[in-house]
Amino acid sequence: MGKTKTLTGALLTTAILTVAGCGGGGTASTETAKAPADPADASGTIKVLTARTDLVQNGTMARYADEFNKTYPKVKVKFEALTDYEGEVKIRMNTEDYGDVLMIPAAVAKNDYPKFFAPLGTDADLSATYRFSDKTDVGGKVYGIAQFGTANGFLYNKAVWKKAGITRWPATPQEFLTDLKAVKAKTDALPYYTNFKDGWPLTAWTNNIGSATCDAKANDKLAGAVSPWKRGGELNTIDTLLYDIVKGGLSEKDPSTTNWEASKGLIAQGKVATMQLGSWAVTQMQDAAEKAGTDPGDIGFMPFPVQKGGKYCAVLASDYQQAVNIHSSHKAAARAWIDWFTQKSGYSAKEGAVPVLKSAPMPSTLKDFVDNDVTFMERSEAKTGEVNTIDNAAEIGLNKPDYRQKLVDLARGAQHGSLDDYLADLDKRWNEAARTAGS
Amino acid sequence: MTETTRTAPAKVPGTAPPPSRTPAGGEGRRGVRVLRRLTPWFFLAVPLLLLVTFTYVPVGNMIYYSFTDWDGVSPDRRFTGVDNYEQIFTRPELFRVFFVSFYYLAASAVQIVIALYFATVLSFDLRCRNLFKGILFFPYLINGVAIGFVFLYFFQDGGTLDSVLSWFGAGSGHAWLGDPSSANTSLAGVSVWRFTGLNFVLFLGAIQSIPAELYEAAQLDGATRWQQFRHIIAPGIRPVVSLSVILAVSGSLSVFEIPYIMTGGATGTTTFVIQTVKLAFQFNKTGLASAAAVVLLLIILLITWIQRRLVPDEKVDLV
Repeated sequence: MGKTKTLTGALLTTAILTVAGCGGGGTASTETAKAPADPADASGTIKVLTARTDLVQNGTMARYADEFNKTYPKVKVKFEALTDYEGEVKIRMNTEDYGDVLMIPAAVAKNDYPKFFAPLGTDADLSATYRFSDKTDVGGKVYGIAQFGTANGFLYNKAVWKKAGITRWPATPQEFLTDLKAVKAKTDALPYYTNFKDGWPLTAWTNNIGSATCDAKANDKLAGAVSPWKRGGELNTIDTLLYDIVKGGLSEKDPSTTNWEASKGLIAQGKVATMQLGSWAVTQMQDAAEKAGTDPGDIGFMPFPVQKGGKYCAVLASDYQQAVNIHSSHKAAARAWIDWFTQKSGYSAKEGAVPVLKSAPMPSTLKDFVDNDVTFMERSEAKTGEVNTIDNAAEIGLNKPDYRQKLVDLARGAQHGSLDDYLADLDKRWNEAARTAGS
Repeated sequence: MTETTRTAPAKVPGTAPPPSRTPAGGEGRRGVRVLRRLTPWFFLAVPLLLLVTFTYVPVGNMIYYSFTDWDGVSPDRRFTGVDNYEQIFTRPELFRVFFVSFYYLAASAVQIVIALYFATVLSFDLRCRNLFKGILFFPYLINGVAIGFVFLYFFQDGGTLDSVLSWFGAGSGHAWLGDPSSANTSLAGVSVWRFTGLNFVLFLGAIQSIPAELYEAAQLDGATRWQQFRHIIAPGIRPVVSLSVILAVSGSLSVFEIPYIMTGGATGTTTFVIQTVKLAFQFNKTGLASAAAVVLLLIILLITWIQRRLVPDEKVDLV
């Protein structure tokens, strides 16, 4: 009896505390965070949350801050680097303490942006200057500016592909497979590396949506019960290619113990020929090549093997978006930092990424794309919010590794089932979720 | 915890003098008495506060979330009643992952037997006894994350396991973590390696609390080692064994660390907790994940209760 009483008491206390503790979410001003006209007017200490622990530790970010202080002397910039950025920031967003400038975590639903971030201006204004501004457009106002963008495609070792006798980029998925087979037959290199264990590199495949049909609005078209994996659909082309690569024995024998850090060295030394990644990875592989004493010039980047009218297409997708905390007391300074960091810091050029500024030139990492006249298309993000809602409701995870890990498992026979059944099942889940989530 | 809070204040009135004998200083006496009654609570205040803050409030929150459709970030959440629970019990794929637990359940049986064997052997006089004790207990001291990474290399294609096997001419080339059954067996094996030490120490402690005269007497009577184990050790450590079994069952149902680090739940190694974590943090279904956690809690409570019913906690009296 006594025990029951204690327990009831504890539960009651808990219930009261629970109800009391969940108030939260006070009202904050929704006025636009504008950088001051005179840099001397911006003042205060701002905290910038970032996932680049490496750049904070080696002092690169501090150098950016020093550079920033030359224009804005009264603003003090502090950095907080988080290893598990998504996980930690998501939890902190239940409080008001999530820095002054932060990158919008993927977990935040698009329609919730106005509750967490200060608006940065209207889409009509910002889209003239910046790429990707529609990604954070809620009701005509923009809540985030991208750090940089990436083109997607295949990273490859030029020397190895040349040794296999291939001199031009494959133009169809079939040709791509034939080329990988040639690599397997004529060189010692592993034709393709999945990075299965680390998982996230598998999600990069999704960023090819649009490249496969040369349609910048392809991602928006997924909103609804549209069977994305139907024959001829973007995701069907993309996932079938991955399936065929693994099924054809063109990838590593034991994918369950792959290692991302080691894979950089493998491709640099020509032990691996090809990997599917974003163009941001090129500089990292070139660094790896320098460390391994091989030629960084061997690292090449090719578009997804599909052509339209004899030309390749490459979709540009935006990386994390920088936003200003709605609870920040130094919004002007925070906005000043975002503008300076995107326009003047030279960060995206240094990272070899696609600049957010429309006026800036393409990076040297994409020189081959520019030389070969690849069409760059900025991915339309008008319906990303809806697509994400359906994706989560269906528990598929277009940007999560799980469903592709299962695809690879099916292809190498570790799990039973056929590709058609699996894709049909994905379609079914997607459509059901679209119907219930849309209501 | 509850045991102490219940019994401690009850003892106080017994030691305090009865109030009727001192009618003069009633006021002051009552003050002292109240203070005495309160004293244990002062001592308990801090642990109780910690317990409530870090156990009951989160659990209460979790139960509350399980009735909502909260996505884990949004300031708004909708009350959806038992919808989440309905989903858990009507979607077979959410429950199917419990089958993975059988690998770990089987592994914990092996683990208890190994631990029991070594605890018994090492409780007798043996050369290098303490060294062996240390070796057996050592894995339990290593951080689970580190173990995950170490064994990732161990099971790698051409890794430690493959090279050791090749010394014996059994070059397998088998992808240990590559197909569901061998992956789960390998992971369960790692779990045995890690937790045997804990069981071993528990058993060893229990065995050493058995009075030495009993062994002496048994030896004089000509009992073999097996007979000593069967009639002295086994009954003597029964409560500890039953505790270990409860821990093993609840542990097998809630395996997380090792498979999450080593395979991330790929290739059919997803356990119930991994699935819950993915629901909460990948698909932003915090409500559904909380409901799953509540269900797991209830299942574990239920199993523990059944187990206590089947194997009641008898008082052990050897002497």
